[in-house]
Amino acid sequence: MKTVIIKYNAGNVQSVMYALDRLGAGYLLTDDEAEIRSADKVIFPGVGEASTAMAYLRERGLDRVIPSLKQPVLGTCVGMQLLCRYSEEGDTECMGVFDVDVRRFPALPGFKVPHMGWNNLTDLNGPLTAGLAPDPYVYFVHSYCADVCPETVGVCHYVRPFSAMLQKDNFYAAQFHAEISGDVGQRILENFLNI
Amino acid sequence: MLTKRIIPCLDIKDGRTVKGTHFVNLRDAGDPVELGAIYARQGADELVFLDITATVEGRKTLIELVRKVAHTVNIPFTVGGGISTKADVSALLNAGADKISINSSAVRNPGLVDELAREFGSQCIVVAIDTRFVDGEHIVHTHGGRTPTEFRTIPWAKEVENRGAGEILLTSMDTDGTKAGFATELTARISGAANIPVIASGGAGTMDHFVDVFTTGKADAGLAASIFHFKEIEIPALKQYLVGRGVPMRTTA
Repeated sequence: MKTVIIKYNAGNVQSVMYALDRLGAGYLLTDDEAEIRSADKVIFPGVGEASTAMAYLRERGLDRVIPSLKQPVLGTCVGMQLLCRYSEEGDTECMGVFDVDVRRFPALPGFKVPHMGWNNLTDLNGPLTAGLAPDPYVYFVHSYCADVCPETVGVCHYVRPFSAMLQKDNFYAAQFHAEISGDVGQRILENFLNI
Repeated sequence: MLTKRIIPCLDIKDGRTVKGTHFVNLRDAGDPVELGAIYARQGADELVFLDITATVEGRKTLIELVRKVAHTVNIPFTVGGGISTKADVSALLNAGADKISINSSAVRNPGLVDELAREFGSQCIVVAIDTRFVDGEHIVHTHGGRTPTEFRTIPWAKEVENRGAGEILLTSMDTDGTKAGFATELTARISGAANIPVIASGGAGTMDHFVDVFTTGKADAGLAASIFHFKEIEIPALKQYLVGRGVPMRTTA
């Protein structure tokens, strides 16, 4: 099986690579279109600022490649947000795989932004969370989030309910950092690789 | 529900874990990679590695250590100690650290906080603040709490937030090593003033100290070292205790 991690300048993909190492899964880190298209699984990570990340993807034509992929694709954190329609962060038009917008958490007393730490998932659906105990905890760090929508397959509550996981056809996405979410995160990555 | 975090801190010198009382009398408490993995299995929510090695050779050892930890441990971890340049941060993040923590270098050059937040994102920039109560005021200290600075603690906490810090690691030098409880009142004031998470550190001796710092102290996370290293308090029992007192905790199967 060939797993590709899409390489772009959005922060640290090292922990994703280490997580795959722990699962004994090989991978290739690349931004080459042919390599990406020939992969069995594609992971689209992301930490960083949405408009900068989108600009980088556009420069390399990856903004057209990614939405056209047919194999299972997993977007995480900012990677998930870039698969949505639009992000308030940097007023960014995104790739529009998921029919939902990404907005900043509203400022509310008692709720610090970023939403940082371990929070639990509810309303789970789909293959990625198969075999997990109810209401599993995963690790989040983000200031922007996607609303709950028909493509939501996992909900998290902070200030308001938001999409912790999305799925549409071959596209899967997680707002949290599965790669550092303990045994739960490891299981989610393993489930993705086993689709 | 977003849970409060329990964070064991591993002080590192030349690749080994050490911990002293009031930062002197170092005792060896084991191999950092092994210890980190044990804590992760026990349900620690995050780890902090503070490097107290001064030499250049030692710094290379640290990068190797970070790589090993990142390979082994599947929870977030922060690395701090002696970080003063973008290149330091870049090397540590590339080795697999999830966050880095700066302390003295931020006091010397507050603009560094802005620079690092812009370059790497606020989410991975922790500003550590060592504070001591002097003549009726909370004053920021450097050099392991020995050197007072011109900064008052609460305004400094606000300033680092405004400059882009993603989190504050607050260590009270008055309570550190005493096992008499966290600086709960100061933690509450800083947590109330800042809109970023506050990790409270210094003084943990009993499970009730954690209850206090999460309830009265409004801390987002509680950090301790020796009580965990020497098994005076074990993390699963601590989390059970906190859950029983209404503190939201991530419990693992």
